[in-house]
Amino acid sequence: MTAAPALAARRREVSPLCLPLLVLAVGLAFTASLLVGPAAIGLRETLDALLSGEAETAALIVREVRLPRALLGLLIGATLGLAGAALQGFLRNPLAEPGLIGVSASASFGAVLTFYTGLAGLFALALPLGGMAGACLGVVVVQALAGRDGSPLTLILAGIAVTSFAAALTSLALNLAPNPFAALEIMFWLMGSLADRSFEHVWLSAPFMLAGWLILATLGRPLDALTLGEDAARTLGFDLRAVRRRLVLGTALCVGAATSVAGAIGFVGLVVPHLLRPLVGHRPSALLPASALGGAALVLLADIAVRLLSPGRELKLGVLTALVGAPFFLFLVLRLRRELL
Amino acid sequence: MTLLSARTVSVSLGDAPVLAGVELEVAAGEVVGLIGPNGAGKTTLLRAMAGLLPLRGGEVRLEGRPLHRMDPSALARILAYLPQGGGSHWAVTVETLAMLGRLPHRSPWAAPSEADRAAVARALAACDMTRFGDRPVTQLSGGERTRALLARALAGEPKVLLADEPVTGLDPGHQLEVMAKLRELADSGTGIVMVMHDLTLAARACDRLALLFEKRIAAEGRPTAVLSADTLARCYGVRAYHGSVEGGAIVVPIERTEAGAGHASA
Repeated sequence: MTAAPALAARRREVSPLCLPLLVLAVGLAFTASLLVGPAAIGLRETLDALLSGEAETAALIVREVRLPRALLGLLIGATLGLAGAALQGFLRNPLAEPGLIGVSASASFGAVLTFYTGLAGLFALALPLGGMAGACLGVVVVQALAGRDGSPLTLILAGIAVTSFAAALTSLALNLAPNPFAALEIMFWLMGSLADRSFEHVWLSAPFMLAGWLILATLGRPLDALTLGEDAARTLGFDLRAVRRRLVLGTALCVGAATSVAGAIGFVGLVVPHLLRPLVGHRPSALLPASALGGAALVLLADIAVRLLSPGRELKLGVLTALVGAPFFLFLVLRLRRELL
Repeated sequence: MTLLSARTVSVSLGDAPVLAGVELEVAAGEVVGLIGPNGAGKTTLLRAMAGLLPLRGGEVRLEGRPLHRMDPSALARILAYLPQGGGSHWAVTVETLAMLGRLPHRSPWAAPSEADRAAVARALAACDMTRFGDRPVTQLSGGERTRALLARALAGEPKVLLADEPVTGLDPGHQLEVMAKLRELADSGTGIVMVMHDLTLAARACDRLALLFEKRIAAEGRPTAVLSADTLARCYGVRAYHGSVEGGAIVVPIERTEAGAGHASA
C-alpha cells in the first residue's frame, strides 16, 4: 500500500534515462575522436583499420595515433569526473575538485623533474613514471599532514600545503631550467594535452586508473551517509577515517596516473559533477557513475575541439578546459552567492 | 530491561574535562529527558553514549555489551543518533533522506527492499511528512526539515534513539505531535534519551529526567522531583512557577536569581 507512492516519487526525482544517455554520448564522442584528425579517414576505413591488421598509412594512423588518444581521453575524463564527484561528496562542497588534495600538483612536479634532469629525453616512459612517483609522494605527505581523524578540514589544509609546495618546486625547476627550450618544454607539458600519446602511455596508466576507480566506486554508501553530516554518518556504521583513506588512495592512483600521462587538465572534475548532480537527484552515490561517464564525454569532446579549432598549431587541451571552465566557475560562484543571500 | 547505560563515564575535549563519572541508563520502553544549562555537557554525554567520543574513563554498554567493541554496522542497526540542528548537505528528496536511515540494514550493492520502503513510509507517516516525500530537503521550512531528519532516524527502526533537541525550532503543535510519536515509539519497546530545554515539555513527555550540571548528574528521577525549586535555583539560576494541569507538571521560569548569575559567568 505504501510502496506505490514511494516508487512514483523516485521516478520523478531521478531521470532513468540519465545513465543510458551518458553511455551513448561517450560512445559517440569516442567514435568521433577516432574520425577527426589532419588525415581524412572515413568511418568505413576507420572500422577496417581497427578490425584488420593492415599496415597502410591510414590504418596505422587510426590504430597507433587516434585509438590511444581516444582511449586516454576516455580514461582520463572518467577519472577526473569520478574523482571530482567523490571529493565533492566527501567534502560536501560543490567547489571541490581532484586537484584540491595535492595529487595533481605533486604528479606535475614529478613529471617536470624528469624534464629538468633530462631523464625524459632518455626514455619515453620516464615522464609518466616520474609523475606517478610524484603523486605517490604527495599522497604520503598529505596523509601524514592530515592526521588520523576523518575530518575534511584537515584534508583540505594538507592538500593546500602540498599543492603550494609542489607548485613552488615546479617553479623552481622552471627558474633553474638549463636552457629556454627545456623551460618551454616544461611549460607546454604543464598545459595538459593528449597529443602524440601512444599505447605505451595507455598500458602504463590504465591499470592505475582502473585500480583507483575500483576504490572510489566503493565509497557510494558512506558518501550518501555523509549527506547527514559526520556524526550521523558515523552512527550509521561508517568509519570515516577508513573512508578518507580510501578516498585519498583512490584519487591518488587514478588522478596521479592521469596527470602523469596528460599533464594537468583542470575544471573537468569541478564542472562535470556539478552539472550532473541535479539529474541524479543530488545523491552522491548515483553521481559517481554519472560523473565518470560525463567526464569521459567532456574530455573526448574537448580533445576533438582542440583538433578542429586550430589544426596547425594545436591548442593544448588543458588550455581549452581552463578557458571554458574558468568562466563556468565564476558563474558557479555568482549563483552560490545569490543562493546565500 | 536496561538497553543502554553509561557507567562512570568521563570525557575530556582537548584537555578540558567535560564529564566526570556520569551514570545514566535507559530501559526499553522508557523516555529519558536529559536537561541542564548551556555548556553542562548534554550533547557530549549523548555523543559519548552513541559511541562518537573516546572515553577517558568508564564505559558505555548496549544490551550488556561494551559499545566500543561492537561492530559499527551492528551497532548502527540498534542505535540511532539524531544530531542537534542537523541538516542535509545536498538537495536530496525527503524520501531519499529518510532512506539513509536504512543504510545499516541494506547490503552494499542492493536496491532498497520492500521492507526498507515500508519502514521509510512508516517513518514519514509518523513524522507527518508523507506528503513531502518528493520535495527536496533544502526547500523545506525549519520545522519540516527537523521532522524529515527525525523520520530518517526512525526509518532504521532502532531499539535505542538518542535525540539531541529533537523539537527545538518546532511550533507547539508539531512539538506535541513529535512527543506523542516518540511516546508511541517507546510504547513499542524503544528506549529514548533526548536532550530538552523546554522544562514543561520535558516534565510532561519524559518518564524520567536527568539533570546534568557541572560535569555530573546533579539530579535524576521523576520529573517533578528533579524540577524542584531548589534544583532549578542551584543549577539553572532561575525561580520558576510550578503548577499542574491535566495530571502533568508545568514549570515556567519567572526570573533569574543571584546564584544563577554567578554560575552563568563561571
